[in-house]
Order: sequence, then structure tokens, then C-alpha cells
Amino acid sequence: MNSTPTIFALSSGAPPAGVGVIRVSGPQARAALQALASRVPAPRRASLAKLRDGAGALLDEALVLWFPGPNTATGEDLAEFHCHGGRAVIAAVEAALAALPETRRAEPGEFTRRAFANGRIDLAEAEGLGDLLAAETELQRAAALANLGGALSRHVESWRERVLVLSAEVEGVLDFSDEEDSADLPECFTWNIGALATEIGEWLARPRSERLGEGYRVVLAGPPNAGKSTLFNALVESEAAITSPIAGTTRDVIERSVAIAGVPFTFVDTAGLRAIELGVEADQIEAIGIDRAKGELTRADLVLWLGPEGEGPDGAWEVAAQADRAGFVAKVAARFTLSATTGEGLSGLKTTLVASARDALPKPGEAALNARQHARLTEAGEALGAAKRLTDPLLVAEELRRARVAFDRLIGRATTEDMLDTLFGRFCIGK
Amino acid sequence: MHSFDVLVIGGGHAGVEAACAAARVGARTALVSFDLTAIGAMSCNPAIGGLGKGHLVREVDALDGVIGRAADAGAIHYRMLNRSKGSAVWGPRVQADRVRFKAAVQAIVRAQPNLTLVQGEAAALVLEGGRVAGLELADGTIFNAARVVLCTGTFLGGVLFRGEERYEGGRIGENAAKRLAEQLRGADLPMARLKTGTPPRLDGRTINWAVLEEQPSDGEAWTMSSLTPRRVNPEVFCAITRTTQAGHDAIRANLHRSPLFSGAIAAAGPRYCPSIEDKIHRFGDREGHQVFLEPEGLDTHMVYPNGISTSLPTDVQETVVRTMPGCERVVIVQPGYAVEYDHIDPRALTPDLQLRAIPGLYCAGQINGTTGYEEAAAQGLVAGLEAAAAALGKLAPRLDRANSYIAVMVDDLTLQGVSEPYRMLTARAEYRLRLRANNAATRLTGLGVEAGCIGEERRRWWERREATREMFHVKHSQKVHARELADLGLSVRRDQGERSLAEWLRYDGVTPEALAPWLGEVTALDPLLAEEMAEDAAYAPYLARQDAELRDLRASEALPLASDFPYGEVPGLSNEMVERLAKAAPGTLAAAGRVPGVTPAALSALLVHARRVANGQRAA
Repeated sequence: MNSTPTIFALSSGAPPAGVGVIRVSGPQARAALQALASRVPAPRRASLAKLRDGAGALLDEALVLWFPGPNTATGEDLAEFHCHGGRAVIAAVEAALAALPETRRAEPGEFTRRAFANGRIDLAEAEGLGDLLAAETELQRAAALANLGGALSRHVESWRERVLVLSAEVEGVLDFSDEEDSADLPECFTWNIGALATEIGEWLARPRSERLGEGYRVVLAGPPNAGKSTLFNALVESEAAITSPIAGTTRDVIERSVAIAGVPFTFVDTAGLRAIELGVEADQIEAIGIDRAKGELTRADLVLWLGPEGEGPDGAWEVAAQADRAGFVAKVAARFTLSATTGEGLSGLKTTLVASARDALPKPGEAALNARQHARLTEAGEALGAAKRLTDPLLVAEELRRARVAFDRLIGRATTEDMLDTLFGRFCIGK
Repeated sequence: MHSFDVLVIGGGHAGVEAACAAARVGARTALVSFDLTAIGAMSCNPAIGGLGKGHLVREVDALDGVIGRAADAGAIHYRMLNRSKGSAVWGPRVQADRVRFKAAVQAIVRAQPNLTLVQGEAAALVLEGGRVAGLELADGTIFNAARVVLCTGTFLGGVLFRGEERYEGGRIGENAAKRLAEQLRGADLPMARLKTGTPPRLDGRTINWAVLEEQPSDGEAWTMSSLTPRRVNPEVFCAITRTTQAGHDAIRANLHRSPLFSGAIAAAGPRYCPSIEDKIHRFGDREGHQVFLEPEGLDTHMVYPNGISTSLPTDVQETVVRTMPGCERVVIVQPGYAVEYDHIDPRALTPDLQLRAIPGLYCAGQINGTTGYEEAAAQGLVAGLEAAAAALGKLAPRLDRANSYIAVMVDDLTLQGVSEPYRMLTARAEYRLRLRANNAATRLTGLGVEAGCIGEERRRWWERREATREMFHVKHSQKVHARELADLGLSVRRDQGERSLAEWLRYDGVTPEALAPWLGEVTALDPLLAEEMAEDAAYAPYLARQDAELRDLRASEALPLASDFPYGEVPGLSNEMVERLAKAAPGTLAAAGRVPGVTPAALSALLVHARRVANGQRAA
């Protein structure tokens, strides 16, 4: 039986770079070496080889290594190709690997997941690695620590206990109705379910932990030549870049992720807004860009409006930029007046942005829900809502049980699959 | 020298099912009992079924067991408990005439091919190389058998208590299997003591029935077994009375004379079925407790007062019962008593109810720490099927928590152990909505047919029923427009378009009766099946939601853990957790998750370690 596919990925940084390390793990790793390097070197010894594709074309001259399983990082047979780090070389070697039978590109976190599944690292190590990979700002680190410290787990445990008490009351009605102590459900029963559902609803309304990864999203909008790009550059240039934000879907806007005072931000410079702003009839191609720009405005946590006063989207901050220019038009109710060129007003804007972002992002030391946890808790909330509405105690009991299962899955009591999927879905390919 | 494939010790509810199940599968089987005339005796309450327990009866029946048919043969009073609630928690319960019930059991047992009845006292197991090889009787007879099923109930080290009196034996008037008990103790099995009790039996002629509230039989048509076409006996009524303050005072004044409170009985009794002295002691403020006066049969005056199990001295029992309305002049025919008995920690068993320490030895019934005929019968069935399958190289039906209460019970017992006598409750079954008493045949009979444990009569019944089910499926998949339903006066919105009848059945107020114009005469072919399939349709959204949960369960069930898994070597497990896991020896990661006290983090560590162990073995 050979059902495990062989996976490969670039495990060094994004090209171009000095060296690109492509890792191959799985039963076909040996075959991959044979196919590309024409030989399998001695185990754990680096050796130089000419890499060729299936047609015999030379791809690169590279260091190749062979690690037979199971005593490898993933627990499987492992091969490494240390190529030259140019985009074209990496792409060519990856294409040659993808052409091999039962071999495919790794999914996010798949190497680590295999390492964990094969008993090469324990959960704590895996979690540690995951957090290390994810946290790039002080705020992220603080939130990770709160979750690691069990703040969320403790809450879930207490909700679970409360649902258990409610379940016991319904089960009493169901299982002992033939006996004398079978009172009906107490009057406060429904009220108690409602109170619990409300509390969970409040948690669901809190900022999510992905927000820390995505950063506080600030969109710079306004007509061309309003100073968007200058301000954008001034905001991002001097700050620490965050390299692994969750990728945006919009490609025709420029975005950069930076940390300001330990708070993650993603700044977005929109170009496609021109047509709407100027009221110009958009041609078809531009319409697509406009749609995307509109999408950006919806996704934004905050819009900095550099255009004519009052014409920006609702809730946007009025920014009067280019204060250094001749012919500068001040805004009556400008939140900020600044010049990105001279730096006038810039630090004031940054300070206010940081304060605003801190309010919108999970608080340091406060547990925050990620998407999976949010989904589970939503399910628990829905089940409690249904339990509150239903009258048949059998179905009430089933909904309460569903809430308990959701809690169990949230903290990994019911199943390990859920937890593992999440944990490893977060990792970068190849780490 | 005789030899058998499977040898069953004990002729109670567990023993009967074990022996008949093994014989049905085709194993050469013997049933050994002290007294063959006592086979099928109901030693306590003359009732079969109830909440949770009714499910077990129907499931045993679905696998062609004995208890359902015998219950119908003896039934003189029928009630569907929880009838006002959802059908998944309905609990079919009958009161059975003891004599007729026993006669029916004996008739089935005697008619069972492949089954030999042996009267004698089981004295000792014959062991060879740590495995079971046979059984020695008290008279020196030796039977060879590689598989022995112990269904010894409370006979194992049983002591009866009544006031200051003590008797050895499991049931009044019978001997305890002391030598066998000593042998098992010598085998260093984990054992503990539990207690149970029974109320005094009353002479019905001395009860003033006229002043009491009657509880009639339900007058409906359902039966316990699918193979019973109709009810056969006249149906009698029960009556309801109550304990009184005067009675409670008498109990309180004599609590020190109850072995439960004098310290003579230290073992835990069932919380779900407490003695009257326990009830008074724990709920002292209650004015009275309900007592059901249940006739024990058509040809006897004996009445079973359900709700006042007691081990108080006879004189106190008499005082107490005479304070109950209608019982002022009642005569006690046989006083109540408590039994303390040995049971094996069921965590010492594998899921086929075999002792890990003594391969070939299976245990079923009260010996595993359960209470109740139904629980005993269900375990007997499992042990009999498994022992026979093992003997013949076949596979027993695959029962799991998602298809039967039987498996829920076995899983609970073998993973969690018991701290009090285990009683089936519907709350124990997480997939309760799919495990209804009235769909037991649908869930299990097909599995039974595959496993070869279904007799000819039921197999024919099953085939007819499956054919009818096909017809129902066709009917249920008919599409009907909302307008047509609304025109019939059903409360559905007219703009909801077309749906199948099965989908419409999920709507409140859309009943199979209301859909009669489309279902047609097919309903009359099998009204019970019609009802069951309508319920399936109504519960379908809930069941679909459970499917995701079941997929997770199956994934974790695919990760096996060896019975000698080195829990002590797993980093991060507390000593307590190591001990619990080692005792329960869960067979899979999913089972490990059901061992009490095992945390999510521990499960992950287990998962990782299991892989490491597997890798180590591969590397070696």
C-alpha cells in the first residue's frame, strides 16, 4: 500500500535569495532524487549534482541530500535540493518535481503535520513552533500567551459545566419521568439557557485573533495626486515590515504590513478608486478595478480620506495632506493636517492610529478566538438558541448535547483531528 | 468426557441469552445451572423494560434473543413510558406473570438446537496455560470447552441481609457459588462489592384495592418482540399507594437495625433504585413516596410493592407497609432483603466481555456490576455471540455506540468501570435520536442476519419487512407541492414549492396520517414500519448533523492502542491518568477519549506516542 502522497515545498525564504532549499518528503523522495539528480547520494551527506528535468534539460547545479526515514524531521523519507535561489531556477525544479508520479506541492503546514503525526515532535513543540512562526509583533505575542495560558479553555470549561447542569435537568425529566421525583423543568431553565447564549454572543462579538495576523487595516483613499502614495510610503517606510500577513486577494492595490509601536497594521493604497471619486464613466476593465477598490473600502477597519472634504466614505477620517504645498486647501473639520514630505503631523497620526487599532484588535492578555474557535462557538451559540426555542425535552437535550460537542471540539476533547487541522493549517509551507 | 464450543454458567437472564445466542450462531453449547427448573426466574421486580431498559429488550429481540418473546408471553400489563415525549425516549415496559415468563423462557431454551442443559454446581474452572479449557462440576464431572461464559449474577460471594439476619446465597433459598468465587479471587482479578435489594412481597387478598388509584394497562396493541403478533394474556391493573409520615417515623426509629446503616453493608447500592430507608434518610423532608402495587401473575395473589426495597427487620417491614393507604391489614408473604455480592471490575474485560487476564473466560450480567434483567440479557447476548464467533472463526455483529444501547453499555462498562450498580439510561446514549426502541430491528436485525444469529422465523419476517420498506421509500420520495398540502388544511406556506413526502414530514403538523392521500394503502401493510419511517424523516436534519460527529469518531477509532500500551512512558500523563488508562485498556484512541479524566492534551500526547511506538516497532 502506498497511499501517502509525496510532498515538496520551498522551505527557505521567498525567492530571489542566495540559496533556495526545496524539501521533498514521502515514499517517493528517493525516486525524486534519482529522477532529478540521476543518483541517490549516501545518507545525510551533502553532494553536488546536476539537476535535470524529465526531458533531460539541465535545471541547475545543486547540493542534494538524502535522509532515509523514519529518523528524519518528518518521520518519512526526505530529500533536499539546495538550488540557486533565483525565481526561474526554483520554479523549474518545482515543476520537475510536480511532474513525478504521486508527488505534489505541500499544503500549508503539511510538513509539520506529518512530523507531528509521525511522532517526530509533540504537540507542545508543534504549538510552540506555530506561535513562533505566527507572532511578529508584541501584541500578537501577548495574545498568543493568553491563549497558551488557557484563558479561553477555562471559559469553555465553565460554559461546558453550565450546559452539563442544564443537560442533567432535562435528562432527569427524560429518564426518571416514571418515578416520583420527576419534576418538570424548573422555571429558570429557559432563562439560564438564554443567559449562557448571551454570554457566548458577547464573546463572538469580540475582535478575532486573525485580526492580529491581518493587522489593523487602514485604506488610503482619495483622487489621484491627493498624496496617497506619499503618505503611504511615509507610514510604512520607517517601520518594521511584517513578512507573513494573511495574503490579500486584491492585487491591483498596494499593501504593506508593518508594526507600529508593537501593533500590526496593514496599509492599503488604492488606485482603482479614481473613477468613482471623479464621477467618470468607467470602462469595463476599470469597472473590475473599481469593484475591488470598493471591496477594499468594505474590508477596511479605517479609511484615511485624502480627497475633497465630505466626499469620502462614511466614518472615514478626513486628512488634509500636502500641507507643505502651495495651493493647499485646508479642511474645515480635518482630523489631521499633515505633510508626508516634511513629516509635519505624521507622528500625531501614527499615535492616534495606534490607539484606534488597539481598541479594535484583541486586547493584550485577553483571549481571542480564531476562525475555527469562532465557528465552534457559533455552533454552540446556535444550539443554545435552538434549545431555548424548542419545547420537546428530547430535542432540547439534543441541542444541549450539540453545544457540549461544540465545546469539546473547541478544546480538542472530542477529537484530535479538528485541533490538528487548525494547528498545522497555520504553518508556512515547508517549515 | 463431554466437550463443547461454549459453556455458559448460570440460567438467569444473562445465561439464557448467552447460551441461546451461541447456539443460534451454531456453536455446540451447554448451559450449566444449579437448578434447571429455576431457569428464567425473575428474582426481583416482575417487570421487563422501562426507560432505556425497553431499548435493550428491543435490541436483544432484534438479534433474535429470548427476553422480548418471553416478556410478551408473560405480559399482563403494558405501559409505554414517556409516551408524551419524543419517540426516541419512549420506554416500552410490561409487567409479566412470573410463571408464564419462566415457562416461555424454558420452552425457548429447550427448543434451541445445539444447546445442552446441564444441572449441576459449577465448582471450578479448568485452566491450561492461563487459558480456559473447561469446567469442573461439584460432582467431579469435567466438561471441556475453550470458551466459558460466567453469568453467575449475585451468586458470586453473595450474602443476604435482613435486619440482624445473614444468609449466604444469591437469591433466597439457593446456594452461593463459593468455590468458584474463591478461584476467581485467587486469580487476582480486580473485584469489588455492590449491593442491591428487593421489597417484601404482599398477599394481594389483604390489600383494600377499592380505596386505591388504579393504573390500568394501556390497552394499545404494541408488543415487546417483533415476532409476537398480538397480546395473549388478560391485562390487569396496578394500584398506586404512598408511604406515610407514620411509616417514615418507624423507619427512622429503626435505621440502626438496617444493615445499610449499621455498617454491615459497606458496598454501594444503585442511586437510581434506592432502598426505602435510603430514600427516607436522603429525602427526609418528603411527605411520602409513591409505591406501585404490581400483581405478580394471573394465578397468584402475590403483589410486588415497587418502590420500597428494604433490608429492615421483618417486624419493621410489617409496620411500615401497614401505614400505607389500602394496606392497613396487609400480610407480608416474603420479607424484603438486601444482597451484597462480588462483581468484577468490568474494566478488566475487553469489548467482547472477555477477561483480559484469563483468555476464553467471558463475563455477563450482574457479575460485571450491572443491575436489571435487561442489562444482564444484553450482556449475555454479546458474550454468547462473541464466544461462539471466536469458537467458530466467525465475526460477531459489529455493535457500536452509534447503532445500539447494547454497545453503549458495554463501552461504558469496559472503559469507565462502575461505582454503583449500572443501569441503562437513555441519557447514556449520545446518539439517542437514532437509537429508538421502535427502530431496533432496522438497526440490528440486518447485522444479525449477516452474523448468522437470526433464526428462520425472524429472517423471514425481516425479508418481508425489507420488501415493505422499499415500497415506503418509493412513496416517501414522491414530490408534492405545498399548495396541495395547504389545500388539505395543513399549516404550510403555499409558496414553498415542491418537496418529497419525506421532507414534508419534518414540518410541524405534517403527520403520516395527513399524507395518507399520497401514502395510500401501503401504510396498512406495516403500520409500525410506517411510523418508524415517518420518525426517521422527522429526525433527519438532526441525524445529518450527527454524521459529521460520527466521521470524527470513526477517524479516531482507526487509531488502535495495544492492550499493553505503555501509558507510563507517555510524557505529560498524570499518574492517575496512567492508572485509569491502564485499567480500562482502551482499544482505540477514540475509546481512550471516553475514559474518565483523560484530557485533550493527554489525547494528543497519546496519539503522538502511539505513532512513536509504531515507528519503533517498524524500525526494530
